[in-house]
Amino acid sequence: MSKLLPFFTDKEVPYTVAARPDTGLYSAKLGIWLFLASEVMLFGGLFSAYIFLRLGAEPGYWPTGLLNVPVGTINTAVLIGSSVTVVFAWAALKMREFLKYKLYMAITILCGLFFLCVKLTYEWPAKFEHFGVFIKQSAAHKYVEFLGDNSKGDREPRWEISGHLMHAPKDSPYRQQAEHNASKHAGHGTEHGQAAHAGDDDYVIQVDAVNAKPDAEENGKPSFWPRPISEKSAVIHKEDVESASAFLPRHSTYFATYFLITGLHGLHVLGGILVFAYLWLPFKGGALLYKSNPEHLANRVEVAGLFWHFVDLVWIFVFPIFYLL
Amino acid sequence: MSTIASEATGHHGTDSAHDDHHHHELGFWQKYVFSTDHKVIGVQYGVTGLAFLFFGFMLMMVMRWQLANPGAAVPVVGGALRSLFGSVVMTDAGALTANGYNVFGAMHGTIMVFFGVVPLAVAGFGNFVVPLQIGAPDMAFPKLNMCSYWCFFVSCVVMMGSFFVPGSAAKSGWTAYPPLAGIADFESGNIWLNGQTIWLLAMVFNITASLLGSINFIVTIIQLRAPGLNWMRLPFFVWAQFVTAFLLVLAFPPLEAAGFMQLTDRVFGTSFFMPTGLVVGQQIAQSWSGGGSPVLWQHLFWFLAHPEVYVLILPAIGIVAEIVANNTRKPLYGYKAMVYAVFSLGFLSFIVWAHHMYMTGMGAKVATFFQITTVMISVPSVVLLTSLLISLWGGSIRFNVPMLFATAFLPMFGIGGLTGIPLAFNAVDLYLHDTYYVIAHFHYVVAPGTIFALFAGVYFWYPKVTGRQMSEFFGKVHFWGSLIAINGLFFPMFLQGMAGVHRRWYDGGVTYEQLIAPVIHWNKFMTASAALLALFQLAFIWNFVTSMFIGKKVGRNPWEATTLDWDTPTPPPHGNFDKPIEVFRGPYEYSVPGAASDYLPQTQRS
Repeated sequence: MSKLLPFFTDKEVPYTVAARPDTGLYSAKLGIWLFLASEVMLFGGLFSAYIFLRLGAEPGYWPTGLLNVPVGTINTAVLIGSSVTVVFAWAALKMREFLKYKLYMAITILCGLFFLCVKLTYEWPAKFEHFGVFIKQSAAHKYVEFLGDNSKGDREPRWEISGHLMHAPKDSPYRQQAEHNASKHAGHGTEHGQAAHAGDDDYVIQVDAVNAKPDAEENGKPSFWPRPISEKSAVIHKEDVESASAFLPRHSTYFATYFLITGLHGLHVLGGILVFAYLWLPFKGGALLYKSNPEHLANRVEVAGLFWHFVDLVWIFVFPIFYLL
Repeated sequence: MSTIASEATGHHGTDSAHDDHHHHELGFWQKYVFSTDHKVIGVQYGVTGLAFLFFGFMLMMVMRWQLANPGAAVPVVGGALRSLFGSVVMTDAGALTANGYNVFGAMHGTIMVFFGVVPLAVAGFGNFVVPLQIGAPDMAFPKLNMCSYWCFFVSCVVMMGSFFVPGSAAKSGWTAYPPLAGIADFESGNIWLNGQTIWLLAMVFNITASLLGSINFIVTIIQLRAPGLNWMRLPFFVWAQFVTAFLLVLAFPPLEAAGFMQLTDRVFGTSFFMPTGLVVGQQIAQSWSGGGSPVLWQHLFWFLAHPEVYVLILPAIGIVAEIVANNTRKPLYGYKAMVYAVFSLGFLSFIVWAHHMYMTGMGAKVATFFQITTVMISVPSVVLLTSLLISLWGGSIRFNVPMLFATAFLPMFGIGGLTGIPLAFNAVDLYLHDTYYVIAHFHYVVAPGTIFALFAGVYFWYPKVTGRQMSEFFGKVHFWGSLIAINGLFFPMFLQGMAGVHRRWYDGGVTYEQLIAPVIHWNKFMTASAALLALFQLAFIWNFVTSMFIGKKVGRNPWEATTLDWDTPTPPPHGNFDKPIEVFRGPYEYSVPGAASDYLPQTQRS
C-alpha cells in the first residue's frame, strides 16, 4: 500500500500568513470572502423566500407590528458596536498591543453574548407565550368587535385575534399554556369573568391592544413602543377558527420566516463567538499564537472579524424587514 | 493609520517563524484515511464517487427490469433485495413495488448527481489534478479539504442509512417537490427518522462538503499558481474547475436554505411550501397554517440544479480538452474562445433555471425570459464543443483508450445538447415535459457525455495516481461495448418520449398501452441494453483493480504531455514536485515547428 501511494514527504503551503504579491491577499482572506459570497446566497435564498411569501400572502395574513422595536434597536446597536470593537482588537494586534487586543476582543465577545441572551431569554420566549387565532372569513362578522369592520376596505383586513390564551378547547395542545396564563392572571387579583363561562369548545383570549380597538386610528400604524395588552377578552368558538397557534414557527409564514432567519442568524452569532473565544483564550492557535507569530494571529482576527461584519450586515437587513416593515 | 502600518511592518520578520515544523513520519491513519494531502483526498473522493455511480446504476437496473417486465420478480437477486430493503420496496416474491420504484427513482437521481458524478468529476479529479497542473504543493487549505471529504462521507452514510428506516428512503424524486415531499414518509409516525427528512439532513452535509471543497479550489487556483503560470497559460481543465467551483459556491446555498425550509415544514409544522387549503387524504390538512408556495421550492431548487447541470458537464469538458490536445498532438483550437465561453456559460447558467418550470403556470412573460436565456446559453456550449471538434482537424490522432472515450464524448454530448434545444421552447416543452424525451436528453448529456469523459479521465490519470497503466485491451472492450450498449439504452427513449411515455409510470406504460402501443416494445430492448452495459462495466472494474498490481509500470510522463501534472515523479510525493517549478509557455505546445520533440513541457525554458 505504501508503495502504491507514497505521497508523503513534507512541504509547506505558501501564503498562509504573508500576502501573495500579485493578488495582495493571504489565502485565508480570499477564502473568507468566498465563504461570505456563499453566505450572501444562503441568506439571499431566505430573504427571497420572505419576499416571495409576503408578496403572495392573502391580505390580512402577513402580520406587522408584533415585534418589540426598542429591544430590537438595542440589539442592533450592540451588534454594530461589537463590529467596531473587533476592528479595534485587530488594530491593537497590528500595533502589537496584546493587552488592548484582549480587552477589545473581550468586549466583542460580551456584546455577542448579550445579543444572544436578549434573543433567547427575552424575545423568543415572549413570542412563545403569545397566542393567535385566525378567524374563518365566513365567521368574521361574529367578531367585528375584535377584528373591526373589514368591509370598509380602508385598511388591510384583519382576520386574527391575538393576545394571551386564557382558555383553550378540550382537544387543543395549548390547554396547559392557557391554564398557566389563567392562574398567573388570577394571581394578579383581577377577575376574569368570561373564562369561567367558556365551554369546552371555546378559546378565550385576553386580546392585544390592536384587537381591543381594531378601528382606532393609532392601531392602524406602526408604533415604536410596544402597546400593552388590553384587559378585554374574546371568546371564540372552535368552529369559527381557521388556525390557532402560539407565536411559533407553525403560526404563519411570517413567524416561520422570522424564526428561521433569526435562528440561522443566531447560529452565526454563536459561531462567531466560539471563534472569538478560541482566539481570545490561550489555545495554541489562539492567543498563544501571539508569541510565535503575531501577524498570523492578526490575520485570524481579521478573517473572523470579516465574518462578524457579515453577521452584523445580515442583522441590518433582518431588523427592518421584520421589526419595522 | 500610518503608525499601525509602520508598527506592523516592523514585525514582519516574525512571519516566517512557523510554530509547527515537524518532519516525522505520519501513521497509517493520517496517511491514507484522515489525510490532508490533496492526492489522497482526490483518490478518496474518486473511489467513493465510482462506487456510488455503480450503486446508482444498480438501482436503475432493478427499475429497468420492472419497466420491461412489470410485476415480475427480479431474477437472481430478488430474494436478496427483499431481505435487504424490506417490504416497502420489494414484494415477498421479489418484485419491485410501486413505492419501491419511487424510492429507487428518487435515490438513483440523488446518488448519481450528488454522490456519484460531482464527487468524482469535481472533487476527485479536481483535487488530484488541479494542484498538480498549477504547480502547487497542495490545496490552499489542506485541513478544510479533509473536512470536506469527511463531511461528504457523513452525508453518504446518512443517505444510505435512510434505506433502512421504517418506510424506506425518500420517494419524492431527486427534486423533492413539495407539497408531496412535505407530507411524504410520515407513515412511521417519526418526524425525524423517515426517508424524506433524512434525505434533507444528508443533503445539508453534502452541500457543506461541496462548499468547503469549492472555496478551496478557487483560492488554490488564484493563490498557488506557480511562478510564470499566468492566467492564459492555465490548462483548460483548471479553467473548467475554476468556473465549476464558482457555480458550486454561489448556487448551492439557496438549495441549503430551501432544504432548511422543507425541513422545518416537516418537523416544526411551518408552511413555507404548504399552500392554503392543501387537501391530504380527502380533507384539508390541519397540520399546516398554509400560506406557503410550492413554486418557491421549485425556484430555489432549480436555482441550484440548473447550474448543477454545468457542474456536471464542465469538468468533463475540461478532461476531454486535456486528452484531445494531448492525443491530437496539437494545441487546442480556440483556447481563448473556450475560456471566454466557459465564463459566459457559468454566468448564463444562473439565469436559465425556470425553464424547468414552464408547467407551473408562472406566466408567459417569465417563461419567455427564460426561454431566451436558455437559447442564449447554447451559444457558449456550442463554442466549446465546436472548438474541441475543430481541434481534431488535421491531427494525427493517437487512438488510445482515453482518446476513444474523449472522441466519443463529442457526438454523445452533441446529441444531448442539441435535443435540449426543443425543450428550451416553452410551447414544445408543454408537450415533452416529464416524458422520456427529457430523460433521454439529460442522460445523453450526463451518461455517454460526462461519464464517458470521466472514464477517459480515469484511464488518462490512472498512471499518474498508481504508477501503472491500465490495460489497453480491456479498455477497448469496455469502450466499444459501453458505446453500443449505452446508445441502445438511451436512444429509444427519444422515440418513447415523443410518443408521450411519461417518466413516472412504474409499470412501463402497461396501463396506457393503447396510447403508446407503437413504442412500448422498446422497454425490453432498453433493458437488455442496460444489462449489456452492466456487463461491459465488469471489464472496467477488473481493469481498474488488477492494473494496480499487474499494469505496465510507467515513468513521469507516459503520454508525453506538456502540462505540469506530468512534470512530477510518478506517483507524486507529498508536496508534489521534486524541483522548483517555473512556467515559461502555454499549456498545449505540441508539434511546435522547429522544436526538438513534438511537445514542449510548460517548464521548458526554450
